[in-house]
Amino acid sequence: MAIDRWIAFVILSLCIVYGYSAYFTMDDLLPPIMQRRPIWPSTFPKVLVAGGILFSLIILLGLEKGPEKKDAADINLSRIGDYNYGQAVLLLGLMVAYALLLRPLGFIASTFLFLTVGSFILGERRYITMAIVSAIAAGFVWYLVDSVLGIFLRPLPMFMTGG
Amino acid sequence: MLEGLLVGLQTAFTFTNIMMVIGGCLIGTFIGMLPGLGPMSIIAIMIPVAITIGDPSTALILLAGVYYGAVFGGSTSSILINAPGVASTVATSFDGYPMARSGKAGKALTIAAISSFAGGTIGAILLAVFAPALASVALLFHSSEYFALMVVGLSAIAAFAGTGQVSKALLMTFVGLMMATVGEGVLFNMPRFTMGIMDLQSGFGFITLAMAMFALPEAIYLVLDPKRSKTGDGDSGEIKDLRITREEARSIAPVIGRQSIQGFFIGVLPGAGATIASFLGYAVERNIAPKEEQAQFGKGAPKGIAAPESANNAACTGSFVPLLTLGIPGAGTTAILLGALIALNVSPGPRLMIDEPQIFRAVIISMYLGNLVLLILNLPLIPYIAKVLAVPRNYLIPFILFFTLMGAYIGQNNATELLILVGFGVCATMLRFADYPLAPLLIGFILGPLLEYNFSRAMQRYDGVGFIWERPMTLALLILALILVILPSYRQRRARARAEGVADGD
Repeated sequence: MAIDRWIAFVILSLCIVYGYSAYFTMDDLLPPIMQRRPIWPSTFPKVLVAGGILFSLIILLGLEKGPEKKDAADINLSRIGDYNYGQAVLLLGLMVAYALLLRPLGFIASTFLFLTVGSFILGERRYITMAIVSAIAAGFVWYLVDSVLGIFLRPLPMFMTGG
Repeated sequence: MLEGLLVGLQTAFTFTNIMMVIGGCLIGTFIGMLPGLGPMSIIAIMIPVAITIGDPSTALILLAGVYYGAVFGGSTSSILINAPGVASTVATSFDGYPMARSGKAGKALTIAAISSFAGGTIGAILLAVFAPALASVALLFHSSEYFALMVVGLSAIAAFAGTGQVSKALLMTFVGLMMATVGEGVLFNMPRFTMGIMDLQSGFGFITLAMAMFALPEAIYLVLDPKRSKTGDGDSGEIKDLRITREEARSIAPVIGRQSIQGFFIGVLPGAGATIASFLGYAVERNIAPKEEQAQFGKGAPKGIAAPESANNAACTGSFVPLLTLGIPGAGTTAILLGALIALNVSPGPRLMIDEPQIFRAVIISMYLGNLVLLILNLPLIPYIAKVLAVPRNYLIPFILFFTLMGAYIGQNNATELLILVGFGVCATMLRFADYPLAPLLIGFILGPLLEYNFSRAMQRYDGVGFIWERPMTLALLILALILVILPSYRQRRARARAEGVADGD
């Protein structure tokens, strides 16, 4: 089965969960006075889920024939081995690490690490250039956002500011 | 109208606002050249900045400047290195890149800059003239018509974005609408579909979703396929000979005129937008050109650059008409602008021109200004601008990822938002692998609350779904929406049946 139909299947499953909650569980807590209104919090979701199920079924059952894929610049999944998927996965992991470390390490240190490790993953080996570029970028963005725009970003690690 | 223009001039011609236009154009041009960051992502990045400014006119002027700068920046990279940073400048690379390779990069960039300027300026004049008329029609609309109109808009977007796969686009629209119902709605004061997670109480952040849908998948694609970004050599050919000859000017002038008007009206239609305007402009000009010129298209014809460039800039301006007068975004970019407006406490719609004419006029004036600033800044800067593209890929990609993360983090100061961003980004990349269009999802997400609000109000007034047949305009609009959805698949089916019939007959 092609990937687009697998995705349609996943969306269909999500729609069923969403629909179950809209049709059967959501209105239990509704106060009686609200139940006299023509519109309930679940009304619109009930309409939406019908559409979602209809179109995911159309794709899942292959009722609408799509055009042949002709864009040569696009990624071809059957040749996934030719692409740098390792780098992509590592970079995504790095983004997750950045999200988790942003508070404990502070903005400047975590951004510096993110940019350095990011270019390292992509194959950069000039360590001094890497460090200088990342340090300048982290410092500059922090200055811009915190001081110029006035949006607070914790610059230093937690242990240095007392939590 | 003159009085209105004066109000706009007064608002726009302050020192801060002029600096905003210049700054916005510069930022937009520079970031727009980077592959992976189109106007949509750049505007999303700039929204926290715009919201901090506080004054809606100034913020909107900044965002409009960024928008124009980004569209022009995209054409710079498509001409110089055949790497269109923006979908709407893909058509520019058809003739721009061959021209640059034959040593006339300067001329190609000049034609692009002048055509963009003309397209944007003509578009702004048309906007000033036509928008009030469109808005007075819009005043006749009640909540049920608004609901129907949004359904038409969403169907048009799905019908265009799908290119032969309407059901995928419609499914994405529905997914976007469903995502919009997560969290506490304005109407009912009760959390829906939050699964007890506190972070979902206020729903998904739209900047997070915008980043996850566009910037992140493009960055992942750049990592996966290094051939995609042709940056890094720094040698983009000779950029000299900026002048265009008199004959060339004479041949492209009518093209610019035609495509500015056509582009504007395509931009007004919800769902069409600058990309379609530029492709259509290119196709129309190629078809009506004389035989000998037709052969030149694709090999570096000046008309082939002028047509898409003037059309896409005029369409950008055109897409402000439904945004400002009806509150309906015609494309992903204006959808993001709509989100920014709502965050700034401005509700776009027919009342905007009556309640806050200075905002509306200031935007139009900022468009003239933006275009002029672009022309003045970019012509002498062209040789230097190209240097940004020489940033090596190893640095470029971490920076794109970092700016994506920052865009989602700055507004909310919530690290969970970043995890949601990465999660949705991976999902969006999978969807892109499988050819699902992502713009309808985001547009559905942004229009969702408005759609539900108008639907609920109409339901309450008519005590049920009676409004659908009791108000003729609503019914007509809903039928139009149905036709828009069915027509492409019907025509495709007929074309296939005919093709099969021919094959059988042979």
